[in-house]
Amino acid sequence: MRPFAYRRPADARAAVEAALDAPRAMYLGGGTNLVDLMRLGVAEPDLLVDVAGLPYDTIRETGDGGLEIGGAVRNSDLAAHPAVRRDRPMLAQALLSAASGQIRNAATVAGNLLQRTRCAYFQDVSKPCNKRIPGSGCPAIEGDHYNLAILGHSAHCVATHPSDMAVALTAFGAAVHVEGPGGRREIGMPGLHRLPGDRPEVDTVLDPGDLITGLTVRPLPFAARSRYRKVRERASFAFALVSVAAALDVEDGTVRDCRVALGGVAHAPWRAERLEEALRGRPATEGSYAEAADAELDLAEPLRDNAYKIPLARKVIVRTLAELGG
Amino acid sequence: MELGAPLDRVEGWDKVAGRARYSGEQRVAGVCHAVAVQAEIAHGEVLAVDATAARAVPGVIDVLAYGDAPALADTSDFELAVLQSPRVAYRGQIVAAVVAETLEIARHAQRLVRVTYDELGHDVELTPDHPGLYRPEKISPDDPPDTGEGEETPAEVSVDVTYETPAFHNNPMEPHATLAVWEGDHLTLYDSTQGAAAQRDALAALLGMPAERVRVVAHHVGGGFGSKGVPPRPNSVLAALCARRVGRPVKLAVTRQQMFSITGYRTPTFQRMRIGASKDGRIADIEHHVIEQTSTAREFAEQSGVVTRMMYAARARRTTHRLARLDVPVNSWMRAPGECPGMYALESAMDELAEACGIDPVELRIRNEPERDPDSGNPFSSRRLVECLRLGAERFGWSSRPEPGTRREGRHLVGMGVAAATYPAAARPAQALARVADDGSFTVSIAAADIGTGARTALTQIAADALGVPVARVRVEIGDSALPYGPLAGGSMGNASWGWAVLRACEGLRDGIARYGGAEPGLECRADTSGEIKNQEAYARHSFGAQFAEVRVDVDSGEIRVPRMLGVFAAGRVMNARLARSQFVGGMVMGLGMALTEESRMDREFGDYLNHDLAQYHVPVNADVLGIDAIWLDDPDPHANPLGGKGIGEIGIVGAAAAIGNAVHNATGHRFRRLPISPPSVIPHLP
Repeated sequence: MRPFAYRRPADARAAVEAALDAPRAMYLGGGTNLVDLMRLGVAEPDLLVDVAGLPYDTIRETGDGGLEIGGAVRNSDLAAHPAVRRDRPMLAQALLSAASGQIRNAATVAGNLLQRTRCAYFQDVSKPCNKRIPGSGCPAIEGDHYNLAILGHSAHCVATHPSDMAVALTAFGAAVHVEGPGGRREIGMPGLHRLPGDRPEVDTVLDPGDLITGLTVRPLPFAARSRYRKVRERASFAFALVSVAAALDVEDGTVRDCRVALGGVAHAPWRAERLEEALRGRPATEGSYAEAADAELDLAEPLRDNAYKIPLARKVIVRTLAELGG
Repeated sequence: MELGAPLDRVEGWDKVAGRARYSGEQRVAGVCHAVAVQAEIAHGEVLAVDATAARAVPGVIDVLAYGDAPALADTSDFELAVLQSPRVAYRGQIVAAVVAETLEIARHAQRLVRVTYDELGHDVELTPDHPGLYRPEKISPDDPPDTGEGEETPAEVSVDVTYETPAFHNNPMEPHATLAVWEGDHLTLYDSTQGAAAQRDALAALLGMPAERVRVVAHHVGGGFGSKGVPPRPNSVLAALCARRVGRPVKLAVTRQQMFSITGYRTPTFQRMRIGASKDGRIADIEHHVIEQTSTAREFAEQSGVVTRMMYAARARRTTHRLARLDVPVNSWMRAPGECPGMYALESAMDELAEACGIDPVELRIRNEPERDPDSGNPFSSRRLVECLRLGAERFGWSSRPEPGTRREGRHLVGMGVAAATYPAAARPAQALARVADDGSFTVSIAAADIGTGARTALTQIAADALGVPVARVRVEIGDSALPYGPLAGGSMGNASWGWAVLRACEGLRDGIARYGGAEPGLECRADTSGEIKNQEAYARHSFGAQFAEVRVDVDSGEIRVPRMLGVFAAGRVMNARLARSQFVGGMVMGLGMALTEESRMDREFGDYLNHDLAQYHVPVNADVLGIDAIWLDDPDPHANPLGGKGIGEIGIVGAAAAIGNAVHNATGHRFRRLPISPPSVIPHLP
């Protein structure tokens, strides 16, 4: 890999300043994705700013039933937290469905959000990729895309976002805390991750130097009945073909509220807003779930070899909601 | 009696404690590191290699490319003629190498080497009607490509179907690694190989050196599955060239990604099966037509159709092999080459025939047992397939198998499948030396290879038994070409070949001790089995087995999981129950991957295998491996070899994918004829 400098700032402000010091600075969390990309030559930072040791490694329950999650919290610790397991099973399940135990022990929450697509072309520097080299082309559109996007893609990029955790957080509408050159701000999810459009090289709305310090997951009592369902060829250690995070609030046989987000289908974790809208106030039946799923999946534009994801997503959405609906 | 006992691996503690040194972990003074630069076109010529930027990196020692690399004496095998010509035959071919003080520097500089090409169009996609299909002169290892006998007759029931398997990559845990050390005109290669002696001979020929001046050491090898067989892979040659060039020891470790282009793989296949039978399931005619690929760099004709030549009785029989020569990496051996893909097709077709005849698939196979080997006409040395099938059916609860597509448990369709397994049982000549050590213990030496199978342990047991002493008093030295000649670990022939020589050497030493009147240090006996093997009687020697699988197909997602598999094997005498079980179960797990998760995906535009790492090429993980069990018959085969063993390294994978595929059919009622069977293909066929 290309030689790089390494710094370990004492606090967030120092980290942001350090990151602005070098033209290709990157933050280092658990390194489970970035170090791989450096070995592959996909990422070539000239400076690594190690933020894993900053004091953002705690999970705090707020008085109103919400959660404040530090950006440096390890994925395993978040999955094991009682307030996650008890009140937000879809988040715990999403975390535990991802990667391997070793990787979850190292990976941070902020790093998980900012991991890059696993599109094979993106990871191979001997081939073109608009996300890696803007304007070089997207071989996946005509090439191998069986596990790439069906929603929200563009003529420039059909990659998917690989995170499971981010799908559950998108269903929750988590708020991302950012410390940046211009101070602190919050970004809601969805909203952190972009769709590719004509600038697929930009994954998120973050600006240079922006550091994710944590997240707020506001209270969502009905998420105590929630679920994350991930479909993949092998039983573990694989990215989703399709995944569904869903929470359902049913009263007297009617859907009062719901949250649904999809993974493995788009450049960003995909909040199924049309589905949610179509389902609120409807009877909690498989027929309603299927109609609502169709309302969302009508937007899908499959590529030559990934149309299977539409019936797959539909079936898995319906089943997940049916299991939650009792 | 040590033979058969479930002895722990004799080097087990060394391995778990990190004391066992693999090739890439050997330490020598002054070592430097080489990294290969690979072609970024699939077909054409290298015009120029510009290493200016790479050479400017501090710590870079040299850059080798065609034109300035040391010459090889033998360039007849293009795959191994590394840096000897500007021709590029496949994407990923080695076109240059960077040697540097550290691995990190070498990898950094590798990316700075600029190679320009004259690119020609490439042809990388195997299709069943490829215009370039041809009949090879022979198929591996040395058999006719086509066979035909008997007259076709009108059949009451017929099956005519084509199966498709993708390319598969071996993916042993330890990537190929080499440490090349020249001392004057002597070369020592610490190399991750399945056969130190054969590797030495092959490298000596390539380098134009007498074999005595080359030594290959491979004390521990982290798996191979055929990918570390002989002829060597180009990385070993490159390491030797780099070390010669820079005049220092050079370490070259192949990356996982590079393994998808330079260390072999299993060809994709299209296999057409035609079986005609009477209504009661007796096969009249059977045909197996195989279409495979080979590389323009070197021909390898996988013998997928040979199983149909010997497996079942039939009045007429026809097998063919056709190859397309493509601009692809060199395909080669992967666990049970030939038998593995061939039995997937044959045993799937037998399942289809059973259904067409309305006969239980176990019974169908029993009805078609041949009396003699249909291929050679020789008697079988032993053939206990029927017992394997019957015992397996009873243990597995086969009688509760549902009608296709009828058993539903919650959100799952459940089904069972069966397939037969077979693998040849052969032995190759070997030599061994048994000796009384200074402390009165025994040392047995042979250039055998333990590629994770436990061969060192089994040989220790064989030696101890033959000497009549406890295993603790025997030390077996292997993995070094300087030891008495042993053939490579391949074709499930390792233990039979090495064990035979070890047995004879130890028997001889025991006699010598008796004659001398005591175990005097320095007493020794050498054995060579070539005469005995040459004079073996004419038998058809094969192992047999029966594979049973239960699958659960998720009706919502199409995900397939395998809660139970059972393999029952008749594979000769088992030398070590613990190690044998690992081999059988390991083969079955690999078959599970073949059936459901593994697939090397050809990138048609660029001409390489795209999913070139373990995150994208899905070998089964622990969570996929649920109730897999393997049992075996007590089956010493006196006609196989004096030990009665038949080899167990490969038969575990044979038939496993067919059993799972047949179970998926039983569960869903739909016949999937392309592997792997995974959600994208299953979803359209779910209720």
